[in-house]
Amino acid sequence: MTGGTWKHAPGFYVGDRPQVVTSRFQYEDSYTLERYLATDGYKGLRSALARPANEIHDEVRNATVLGRGGAGFPAGNKWGLMPQGVWPRYLVVNGDESEPGTYKDRLLMERDPHQLIEGCLIASYAAGLSQCFLYIRGEMALAQERIATALNEAYAAGYVGKNILGSKFSLDIVLHWGAGAYVVGEETALIESLEGNRGMPRLKPPYFPAANGLYGQPTIVNNVETLANLPWLLNNGAAAYTAIGTATSPGTRMVAVSGHVNRPGVFEIINGITTFRDLLYGEEFCQGIRNGNDLKAFVPGGGSAPWFTPDQLDLPFEASQVGPAGSMLGSGAIMVMDSTTDIPRAALTLTRFYAHESCGKCTPCREGGTWLERILSRVVDGKGTDADLDQIFEVGESICPGAFPHASNEKLGIAAVPFPYRMNTICFVGPSAYAPVHSALTLFRSEFDARIVKRTMIKVTAVSE
Amino acid sequence: MARLTEENVRLAREIIGRYPKARSATIPLLHLAQEQDGYVTNEAMSHIGELVGASSAEVFGTASFYEMFKFEPVGKYLINICGTMSCALLGAEELMHHAEERLGIKMGSTTADGKFTLERAECQAACTEAPCLQVNYRYRYRVTPDQLDSLIDDLSAGNLSSEIPAHGVVSSVRQHIPADRAVGAVAPELVTENPVWLDGKAAL
Repeated sequence: MTGGTWKHAPGFYVGDRPQVVTSRFQYEDSYTLERYLATDGYKGLRSALARPANEIHDEVRNATVLGRGGAGFPAGNKWGLMPQGVWPRYLVVNGDESEPGTYKDRLLMERDPHQLIEGCLIASYAAGLSQCFLYIRGEMALAQERIATALNEAYAAGYVGKNILGSKFSLDIVLHWGAGAYVVGEETALIESLEGNRGMPRLKPPYFPAANGLYGQPTIVNNVETLANLPWLLNNGAAAYTAIGTATSPGTRMVAVSGHVNRPGVFEIINGITTFRDLLYGEEFCQGIRNGNDLKAFVPGGGSAPWFTPDQLDLPFEASQVGPAGSMLGSGAIMVMDSTTDIPRAALTLTRFYAHESCGKCTPCREGGTWLERILSRVVDGKGTDADLDQIFEVGESICPGAFPHASNEKLGIAAVPFPYRMNTICFVGPSAYAPVHSALTLFRSEFDARIVKRTMIKVTAVSE
Repeated sequence: MARLTEENVRLAREIIGRYPKARSATIPLLHLAQEQDGYVTNEAMSHIGELVGASSAEVFGTASFYEMFKFEPVGKYLINICGTMSCALLGAEELMHHAEERLGIKMGSTTADGKFTLERAECQAACTEAPCLQVNYRYRYRVTPDQLDSLIDDLSAGNLSSEIPAHGVVSSVRQHIPADRAVGAVAPELVTENPVWLDGKAAL
């Protein structure tokens, strides 16, 4: 079978590939406790509780479960960053999925909430976390309903709460939900929001909430997909997990491909191996560009990522190769633009997003993002000047000083500037406003030039003759 | 308008009880207020402040950061049309334009009969199903202008009221932690020891 789908899992396609986190999507009732228990549910928890907590932590560390939220930091190492002997420690689950192009955590929450809950239990047991807060994006009504229902079932059945499965392990999992703010996906902003404040990122250092997080206590913030990997890992072991994918990127990854492809979809792919060409053109994935058009450009890792062109199609979905090529894998979201795309307008939709979502804490982002949006709008409307294009780079320089990452391009004769960038802001929202317009201008300058009003084009007529 | 009703105060106290610090319940309680009145009133914000130990200004300070909280009445049905990249590449602008023409209002405003509010939304995490929209946070995928017309017809006729509650209700299911199963939230300063299961032995 190469790529079936089900009406109840919109956008998801299964293939002949290992399924670590999506194995239950085929069942229409995948979100119920009954189905979960009938398909190995809560077995991973039971086997975890039968071993000492530190062994489970080692298992996760050995499996190198990379964070699936964007930064790709190994979860086992993240847990190890908490200071010794400081209690209590908290788990905050980042379910605030809102990076443009990203659609995977919502599916995992709607289709398999118990898998996420089991992941939270395993993580909390392994890392000694006393309470878990599941922060779900405010706009995701169905995900909230499914998780609330699943938690109610799990509490009643003894999987969550006091003395879980009759053991000495106890944990409350609290469903918390946001109210619409992209920046809250940043982990320190998520914590601020969970404390009842405006969701603004905290000053760094400390760089990790593991040192100082919720209520000033050691806190682990993990992405939904990261935690959803843990039940399978406990059922099958670290060796089976690392047998999938590559040494540096083991396991699978959820990837959403959207835009101008024949079959936009969400796929669980083998980490580190699958190339962008496979994803965009493969029969089991997106089956080529719509209407037989040519590919113009694609965003490889969520709206924040610098763009790629057909030159980069053969890169695998592997951070150690995508970084040096000038971009990032981010949250597993690819957006595809075909030859009919108006590049300046496409860049504007993303820059406008980040300008709109700036929390206002850092000046380069608050002012710079808005400037970028305004200048770009002017250019798109045909009212821009040459000076406007220079100004875009100047504003960008004030957000991210120095060379900004971009892809190489053979036709233009430019070499790649590797990821990451330097930044004058606390978090990535500011640089993200710049990334799309920087990529667009660097790779498709002629489209901007064509929209620029030149002095020589203005016909000056005398006021009186 | 209104402070929280007696029943909602009971719910509010239950929610507050789940957090080590009461202030953490601010956003869930703001949702509760919006559920009650369709938007967040000043009275409700003072009331929430009393419940969580904050001033009404602090509660408003938090509330005003978040897109979903409305401080004046909006339509019974809030239609959020996504305009971020994947949707924009597949016709979101045209869809917004069509919605404006059909309802005779601009994005960001409400029809005179108070039934519909139109908003331009940012990425709704349904990018493979573009262009998408939400009605009171319930999804509609790959929406064509014709489908938008019939959606508006259905909403006007009340055909979707069982699936789509009036604006304010997000999740129609609430978490309930039974008293006999709850571990209970403890203020962080009162916890000084490691969790009991970290004794180097298996928990089961």
